[in-house]
Amino acid sequence: MGEINFFSPKYYTNRELSWILFNHRVLNEARDKSIPLFERLKFLSITASNLDEFFMIRVASLWDMVNAKYQKPDIAGLTPAEQLRQLNRVIHELVELQYSTYNRSIVPQLRLNGLQIIGRHEELTAEEADFADRYFEENVYPVLTPMAVDSSRPFPLIRNKTLNIAALIHKKNSKEEMEFATVQVPGVLNRIVRLPSTEREHKVILLEEIIERNMHKLFLSNEIVCTYPYRIMRNADLTIAEDEAADLLKEIEKQVKKRQRGEAIRLEVEAGCDKRLLKILEAELHIGEENIYAIDGPLDLTVLMKLYGMEEFPHLKAPGFTPQPVPQLPSGCGIFDQIKKRDILLHHPYQTFEPVVDFIRQAAEDQEVLAIKQTLYRVSGNSPIIKALAKAADNGKQVTVLVELKARFDEENNIVWAKMLEKAGCHVIYGLVGLKTHSKITLVVRREEDGIRRYVHLGTGNYNDATAKLYTDIGLLTCSEAIGEDATAVFNMLSGYSEPRVWNKLALAPLWLKDRFLYLINREKEYAKSGREARIIAKMNSLCDRDIIGALYEASAAGVQIDLIVRGICCLKTGIKGVSENIKVRSIVGNFLEHSRIFYFENDTQYEIYCSSADWMPRNLERRVEILFPVDCPELKEKLLHILQSQLRDNVKASILQDDGTYEKTDKRGKHIFHSQEAFCKEAIAEAREASGEENGETRVFIPEVHHGDGE
Amino acid sequence: MSIRTFAAIDVGSYELTMKIFEFSGKNNMREIDCVGKRIDLGSDTFVKGKIGNEKMDELCRTLKEFAGIMNAYKVENYKAYGTSAIRETENTAIVQDQIAQRTGIKVEILSNSEQRFLDYKSVASRGESFRKIIEEKTAILDIGGGSIQLSLFDNDTLVSTQNLRLGVLRVQDYLNHLASGSFRTESLIGEMAMAQLGIYKKLYLKDREIRNLIVIDEYISPWAVRMGREEGKEVLERSDFDMFMETLRSKSPAQVARYIDIPEERVPLVFISAVLTGTIAQLMGVEQIWAPGVTLCDGIAYEYAEKIRMFRGEHDFEQDIVACALNISKRYMGSKKRSETLENITVTVFDSMKKVHGLGKRERLYLRLAAILYDCGKYVSLTNIGETSYQIIMATEIIGLSHQEREIVANVVRFNHSKFIYDWQKSGEAGPDRASALVVAKLTAILRLASGLDRSHKQKLKGLKAVLQDSRLLITVDAQEDITLEKEFFQRRGEFFQEVFSIEPVLKQRKNF
Repeated sequence: MGEINFFSPKYYTNRELSWILFNHRVLNEARDKSIPLFERLKFLSITASNLDEFFMIRVASLWDMVNAKYQKPDIAGLTPAEQLRQLNRVIHELVELQYSTYNRSIVPQLRLNGLQIIGRHEELTAEEADFADRYFEENVYPVLTPMAVDSSRPFPLIRNKTLNIAALIHKKNSKEEMEFATVQVPGVLNRIVRLPSTEREHKVILLEEIIERNMHKLFLSNEIVCTYPYRIMRNADLTIAEDEAADLLKEIEKQVKKRQRGEAIRLEVEAGCDKRLLKILEAELHIGEENIYAIDGPLDLTVLMKLYGMEEFPHLKAPGFTPQPVPQLPSGCGIFDQIKKRDILLHHPYQTFEPVVDFIRQAAEDQEVLAIKQTLYRVSGNSPIIKALAKAADNGKQVTVLVELKARFDEENNIVWAKMLEKAGCHVIYGLVGLKTHSKITLVVRREEDGIRRYVHLGTGNYNDATAKLYTDIGLLTCSEAIGEDATAVFNMLSGYSEPRVWNKLALAPLWLKDRFLYLINREKEYAKSGREARIIAKMNSLCDRDIIGALYEASAAGVQIDLIVRGICCLKTGIKGVSENIKVRSIVGNFLEHSRIFYFENDTQYEIYCSSADWMPRNLERRVEILFPVDCPELKEKLLHILQSQLRDNVKASILQDDGTYEKTDKRGKHIFHSQEAFCKEAIAEAREASGEENGETRVFIPEVHHGDGE
Repeated sequence: MSIRTFAAIDVGSYELTMKIFEFSGKNNMREIDCVGKRIDLGSDTFVKGKIGNEKMDELCRTLKEFAGIMNAYKVENYKAYGTSAIRETENTAIVQDQIAQRTGIKVEILSNSEQRFLDYKSVASRGESFRKIIEEKTAILDIGGGSIQLSLFDNDTLVSTQNLRLGVLRVQDYLNHLASGSFRTESLIGEMAMAQLGIYKKLYLKDREIRNLIVIDEYISPWAVRMGREEGKEVLERSDFDMFMETLRSKSPAQVARYIDIPEERVPLVFISAVLTGTIAQLMGVEQIWAPGVTLCDGIAYEYAEKIRMFRGEHDFEQDIVACALNISKRYMGSKKRSETLENITVTVFDSMKKVHGLGKRERLYLRLAAILYDCGKYVSLTNIGETSYQIIMATEIIGLSHQEREIVANVVRFNHSKFIYDWQKSGEAGPDRASALVVAKLTAILRLASGLDRSHKQKLKGLKAVLQDSRLLITVDAQEDITLEKEFFQRRGEFFQEVFSIEPVLKQRKNF
């Protein structure tokens, strides 16, 4: 047998196609009858917003490449043009499935459960129609800006992602040619309009239907021939997705100048749209037929998230989960004292994010704290962390904050509070040139009796108290000297100082992290070769780095047992003879967004376990500042291993990557049902309960408070 | 327990570094932060002679940031030292003043020998490892940007130290001018080094076999430290180093950068440093190499810790300085016995006069050195010993002594033989500052007196005792022989003593039968 080239494109899946499969898995949740109906609604909405983002970032960037005549094939050997071709087909399929789910399953089920969505205004009863018209006149009409197109008025700029209604009109009693008219469905109004309802039956209609119904009031001297909603997606985001090569960037910059601004890359119109109307749209928007999506149902399904918000249907939603207190951090405790006792692992959202906020809050007030340093990527609107940091600066601490302004879609938001921090006296670093800072690290420097002690929080998720209730993430609180030194070095580097001579524990991207991963993978390979047990379990959001996948193939070929838990994109293929027979890939899509990155390496007899802010993607490993940190405390290592093992046992929310590249839910027949996210919820509750039981003191012995000196 | 926090700043030719240290209790020194920024002051100073505005701005900006960091750690004291780039710039004083005005940081200038001495101290701060390694014959190679310093140990005392203009930046500059192909680079560096090292070997090394080489540098040390960590040993074998050398030879700069984990721009400097180390190791027959990865900042902190009595090393650095002086004396055919006697007398007089002269430990050392070197100039000329001795001492580096200190010693020796200069301005020489001139006068007075006591060079006087009685210094000696000559000289040479201290020296002979 000849030497296998592990990097051959035939062993890799295109990342965009793999992403579509991910969105299919989310869609599967919307189709899963065992899930509460309103949760299904939410999943369907998520597939829609996911797809929007995918268009804006990924598809747009492929278009840029095509326009720039960039031919370089991707990891799977496909040129940008080929990728677009294949994507076109699968996206159409995806959209069809979205709407058949909506029409055939969700809508009828909602109706059975007392919520009727009136799809067409023609279906309104006379009474409802009256209500709708009144609503239009009172609320809608004043904010509409109808626009007609004729020889003196050019085609207006249709805004990206907005919902619009197009109409063909012509002057009453005249033989003149028909004109095109358009009106934007105002974003300021709720798109879901409640109609008069009874307690048992609720009815809603979408705003665009009400507008369509009253279109004639907008063009008074005209007759309305037909009206159809439409929506476009533009390649408006002129900054290129960071995943692409730098040489491409230059090429595109040149192209951008030549190109008219923000060309349309997708047009959604209601199915059955008038041919003449469609022609006008096609011509004016310069969009090819293949990029037109005829939609059988309401455009822009993200509206379903609003529907989810209706309060009358709690029985159709999953019961909410309250993140549990962390037993090692009882409320009111001195967080630094607790960390000094032992490292503390946080598992969000099963455990509350409060300790992280508390960590900074207490640091801000603590007399002995000298400095607080933190990296911030995406922060919630009214962030308590920002407040605490500002407070700390106010209290005379040295506060250094690296604010990543390049976080997608968040730029403006970030600038506002970054300015605020600066005003409060914090030293704010606005990101690094050419690199996104994605690492999540906080350092608190405290002067204690026996000298400087550093407290560090390292995490896999952003410092965002809102998303911490939805995303599964790991956090570590420690005052290990080795990690403290490294953390200091990280912030020194982020402040523009030289790299340290050595790192004790942490590995940083873009300089060291990839090599570290490759080393760890290869070490398992060497163990396997020498006939010892070798195993890797890795959990992440996406896997698409060629070097890493190649190394995994080599390891698998050498006999390393590899289990990957990859929620989203996975460019690795399983079951290839001599290449990846020992690799299994599963994806968990559940109520909480799987977000933690955990890496287990058997290392012969002494297993090592790491957490990171980075996925195995080129952008994480090469173009971002990321941190990989080991968890050394045996008790915490076990906890992390337990998380991985639970996810490997999951047979409810897990889909397995098949050798043909598709994903299938696991076969549950004859097996004990195991839902890992639910199990984690239960464990967190039990753990918290147990701890609080101990606290209340079930024994009757009084415990005097004594001072133990400093012998901790 | 009180914790003291200290910042050490090294304004280097290539990089600006600050380390924050914490001292807690005796011999407990902990580095808590280290920040460095590359600012290439050297190329301004060495090429243009002055530090330009742009670099000056960058320097001040960074120092200001350093001041902020010091503040955050609530540092209670700091030392900032400038090395060759600041030292050799034409406008040193202006640069120092500007930095002070703009950043509030006072940067002091280190002479080469002081700088090397601090480097050396930083190695010595490694305690046990250091003590063990110098039990065997050891050399220290301190590689800097402009020059390298080679020091030799014998019986755990430093015996010689020599500065060679073979610093990595300087060598790189030569290489750039030659612009030869890279495959020739190694042999070129080797040739360049051997041109100077050949003479060095003849003069200092002779047939000495050196077993251990301690390397202080910022180029190969990171590799050595990491390698040592991985292998679980501090001191590397020569073979480890040879393998490293082989890697440097066979890999591209990018590969080397990855392999030893440094920025690529540093690779050429690492290569030069490695070739220099290799050449010297070869020359000396070295078997083991220790690169502890210490920096000037460590030395600065060590020195400070000693000063505030938070640290006491086992190693006696004063002994190193004395040993160096003895070696210089030996090289110029000084009499060991004679200088021992002289040293003994001067120290006895010095100690008995503490109340009068008000000088300290450091000045006592100058006096000892002057006694040891008191006639080294006779190697050149027997009639003009004062001037020639002065020239020799000024031209010879004594590790651990600043330029200013060396000038004191040289002048004391000089005036032991020639006429004392009271007014430097009139003499037309630059001369020492006022305070130093006073020290020179006091020490000269003592040395003159002492050399009078041993005029015959026969060491006739034994059991010397000195007691201060009101305005008289009673010096009692045991002597069986006739000391007429001594008495005569004592009186003559005592005149200056009396002038300086207003104390009359009186010699008493005690004959024991």
